[in-house]
Amino acid sequence: MMAPAVHRPRALDAALALLADAPPQLRIIAGGTDIMVMLHAGITRASALVDLWQLDELRGIALEDGGRTLTLGALTTYTDLIESPLVQAHLPVAAECARTIGAVQIQNRGTVGGNLANASPAADFVPILSALDAEIELASARAGRRRVSIHDFFVGYRKTCLMPDELLTRVRVPLPAPGERLHYRKVGTRRAQAISKVVLVAAIAGPTLRAAAGSVAATVVRLRGTEAACAAARGRPTASDLRAALERDITPIDDVRSTAQYRRRVTGNILCRLLLEQGATRV
Amino acid sequence: MASVGRRVARVDGWDKVTGAARYVDDLTIAGCWFGATVRSTVPHGRLRGLHREPTFDWDRIVLVTAADIPGDNVIALIEDDQPALAKTEIHHVAEPVALIAAPTPELARAAACAVQLDVEPLPAVLSLFDATRVFREYEITKGDVAAARAHADLIVEGESTTGAQEQLYIEPQGMIAQPRPGGGITVLGSMQCPFYVHRALMRVLGLPSEKVAVIQTVTGGGFGGKEEYPSMLAAHAALLSRKAGRPVKMVYDRQEDIAATTKRHPSRVRHSTAVRRDGTLLAMDIDIALDGGAYCTLSPVVLSRGTIHAAGAYACPNVRVRSRVLMTHTPPHGAFRGFGAPQTLFAVEMQVERVARALGIDPVDLRRRWLLREGDTTATGQPVVAGAAAEVLERALAQYRSKSSPPPPPPRRRGVGVSLYLHGAGFTGSGEDKLKGRAAVRVAEDGGFEVLAASTEIGQGTRTIFAQLAADALGVPYQQIRVVEPDTSCVPDSGPTVASRTCMVVGRVVEEAARELRAQLLRWGESARVTAPDLSALAHERARRAGPLAVEKVYAPPPGIHWDDAAFSGDAYPVYAWGANVAEVDVDPDTGEVEVTRLVAAADAGRVVHPVLAEGQIEGGAVQALGWALTEEVKYQDGRVLNDRLATYIIPTSADVPVLETVLVEQPFAHGPAGGAKGIGELPMDGPGPAIVAAVAQATGVLLPELPLLPEKILAALEARGEREEAGR
Amino acid sequence: MIRFRVNGRAAEVAESGARLLDVLRLELGLCGTKEGCGEGECGACSVLIGERVVNSCLVPVSQVDGCEVTTIEGLASPALARAFVEEGGAQCGICTPGMMCAAEALLRACPRPTIDQVRAALAGNLCRCTGYTKIFAAVLRAAGERAAGEQAAGERAAP
Repeated sequence: MMAPAVHRPRALDAALALLADAPPQLRIIAGGTDIMVMLHAGITRASALVDLWQLDELRGIALEDGGRTLTLGALTTYTDLIESPLVQAHLPVAAECARTIGAVQIQNRGTVGGNLANASPAADFVPILSALDAEIELASARAGRRRVSIHDFFVGYRKTCLMPDELLTRVRVPLPAPGERLHYRKVGTRRAQAISKVVLVAAIAGPTLRAAAGSVAATVVRLRGTEAACAAARGRPTASDLRAALERDITPIDDVRSTAQYRRRVTGNILCRLLLEQGATRV
Repeated sequence: MASVGRRVARVDGWDKVTGAARYVDDLTIAGCWFGATVRSTVPHGRLRGLHREPTFDWDRIVLVTAADIPGDNVIALIEDDQPALAKTEIHHVAEPVALIAAPTPELARAAACAVQLDVEPLPAVLSLFDATRVFREYEITKGDVAAARAHADLIVEGESTTGAQEQLYIEPQGMIAQPRPGGGITVLGSMQCPFYVHRALMRVLGLPSEKVAVIQTVTGGGFGGKEEYPSMLAAHAALLSRKAGRPVKMVYDRQEDIAATTKRHPSRVRHSTAVRRDGTLLAMDIDIALDGGAYCTLSPVVLSRGTIHAAGAYACPNVRVRSRVLMTHTPPHGAFRGFGAPQTLFAVEMQVERVARALGIDPVDLRRRWLLREGDTTATGQPVVAGAAAEVLERALAQYRSKSSPPPPPPRRRGVGVSLYLHGAGFTGSGEDKLKGRAAVRVAEDGGFEVLAASTEIGQGTRTIFAQLAADALGVPYQQIRVVEPDTSCVPDSGPTVASRTCMVVGRVVEEAARELRAQLLRWGESARVTAPDLSALAHERARRAGPLAVEKVYAPPPGIHWDDAAFSGDAYPVYAWGANVAEVDVDPDTGEVEVTRLVAAADAGRVVHPVLAEGQIEGGAVQALGWALTEEVKYQDGRVLNDRLATYIIPTSADVPVLETVLVEQPFAHGPAGGAKGIGELPMDGPGPAIVAAVAQATGVLLPELPLLPEKILAALEARGEREEAGR
Repeated sequence: MIRFRVNGRAAEVAESGARLLDVLRLELGLCGTKEGCGEGECGACSVLIGERVVNSCLVPVSQVDGCEVTTIEGLASPALARAFVEEGGAQCGICTPGMMCAAEALLRACPRPTIDQVRAALAGNLCRCTGYTKIFAAVLRAAGERAAGEQAAGERAAP
């Protein structure tokens, strides 16, 4: 495999300019944990790479909107999340999740932006963003900046609404409401270096549930029907109602890691368990 | 000071921790080209032809097909059924059909992709259940099973299954072939058995012995996976090298390695056991089927070991074992640590659990009652000597009880399981007698002491223990011994590095050669009237005045060993090593996930030559067994391995294993080296599987006699039983 | 051009998306770093960039411009090397260079790790020989020796 040429823009504008007249087979690389594998295996071809790694504009974790929103630069690594005092104080579940992704080597390079742009249905960090109704900031030389809801960002299996000339620059995560508790559960193929069979995030505030799951559909999915069932029962649904609603929210498949049946049952089991532990179901 | 029994620094240690050790892919040879393999994509078919993409520039490429083979188109092993390159018929996916050499690896791969195979697909047999062609079958008969069954209070029946397992050495297969002046060839690479490779190359190239040299490079793990497959890869590299007239390197990437190389034989074993109500064991009737894959390779020997171990560590007066290995259109199954025994020992341990449940007896008590004691006879009628079944069982239990674990966080459920097993060290039956493994110790030209053996260092510590054994037999410090790299042109054929035989069998020969060398050296010193302060000085004097002095010895089986190949009875192995495990697991009833929270192993090593290396064998084997038990499933679809990547073939990480608790037990074998060492390389692979499954059974109430026991199966079983009711109820 | 330092020495290679692993092994002749899978699963190719451990098969060389890269050849931790040899942390040795790089990154960030911290820090490095227990022992022993060494050095330096 001939190594592709690399463009290393020193500023975001330069990167966007490169993408504006993008030659075919120009690929964007951030931490490289996914695309380097695909390039080496010949699954993806690239005539050239746009290497974002030096764009410090895309780094940084900050509190905005008077402390109601946590923003994560697209190049925020999982290690950054683990080590960030802001994350520890305001969104510790993000650090908890980051520790379950790959192992240290992957956590040191893999990025939040890459996890999103890849659009893997098994992306472990994305259900947190979905449950918290995050917004994605995109930028292009053509259209400037725009914000997209996480719920509109994925348009299909491994497909996003990113235009070819667009870059994902930041993620805005509205922090949980006071009293709202976040729970993260990953069921993987092993205890580290694992891709999820099921990953579930549930935000519980009294009778209100916000939940999202990965590896159970073509994209990470927000469990709207399940949330509605929970709300309709004033936060105390029966397990069978909860499972029935969940069945309609997810469309798992058999693949090399697990089975549709297992994913369906486990998603229900761990959600019921969470709600039970929170005293929020009658199961 | 004697070095046996001490924690001396391993001979190859420093090179490995500084990055200095050179593995085959680290070697650069001037003018070397790179090889690639064109492989079949169907499990069974008629090969009609091979087409080269006309747009590709073939001028810079060397292409080899079966027509280019100067000798016999076979990989010589037991049967001559496996071709080096398929010629007319395809028998499995990823079967090699043609070879490419090119100046760069990229070009070689591109050329391989530019070759299309014209194959007419034929119906394929893809599972053990559909298989009918038998490669080999055996039967063991002891006593009168039918008569004993007639007197039984209870007959307990059960079936166990195990899946294929990939050895997953971290260094993929690799080989370099170099033409030698005068028409010979030198092949160097990653391997366990240089003389297997040597023999295979002679056949495929049609060369006499002296024109073929095989050298082992530092080898990054084998576990059986580099027992027979390197002969194939060496043949390929050699064929390319001869046609290209230059060195050719072939190193598989991980996907090719998993897709094409041998795996552990899948198995199905049925037990029917006759007992009395009080737990007395009357008869065992055992039926074994192994999936051999597309070619015979080592299947007959794997089956033989599996058959002999099928009755486990138990004394049973009446035993019948019927076994067969069948052909399927999957890549051949072959050697993997344990070699058939882990499969049948899993089955017999599951059967102990079943009988214990049926009789309402604690499974540990039932094992205590049944286990083989000194003088009892095994299924083949071999009297137990240097037995340690009771001792390893009690020592493992005592270690487990010596600590208490915190209770599992809810909703997890705790379970504890035990296993007891034995493993025959050395070749089966008359194997060692036929093989006559040789090794030598010499005073080299520079006066230093050298061990010459074909036994390879694959991580288990061969070089270190040979140096220890030779040093103690010579009576010199361990640091004074050099262990020569295995090169078939200068070391004697010690036999292959397999079957837990390196320390016990070849080590014994090394020890005897060293002892004899010492005697000869002292005699020479006396006759030449040389006085020297120590043996090392004497050796230097000897080399200076009279040149090198070498002593070569041949293995002689212990006296009184008798094996009847036809009746399949007698002394199956020189001796058995014994092992027991206690596994403690937590099972999550929501997900079926299993965490092994403690794993105790008690292992009888006879006499421990090197405590760190011995424990290293037990621990490493235990974790391979843990992987086989819980996560390592080879998934096939139409004969193709679906999970041929490290992201999808799941072996344990450091986060998946507890700190292992290993107890070494010493029950010396009178004919072992160092005052009684036994072979223990494979023993640790046998027990953790059944112990873990028994522990899961205790935690969940369901005995699931299959490996790997995936969370999917556990959850389905819990739900089928209505056991995993709604959370919290 | 990409300019960086490897084991304290300046290196200069063409700017490209080539894998750092290939640059180290094929261009710079540093063969101590191994390839086990080419997809960031086995960790055999682990090296340090600055203080962080990475899989060099996943890092394009363009991303080490201006960085300090440390491979097994430059690890320079006698305590860790001795502990791996004597505790049995290396068997076949193919995972050892990457394993030791991961261990070094841990010990630099966390000089006295707990066993669970060791297990987590090495989870990206697959070993098929040892069952990991002796690797844990080696890392914990090296941590102890390094801490004792520093303490002794501190005491010597004290007035």
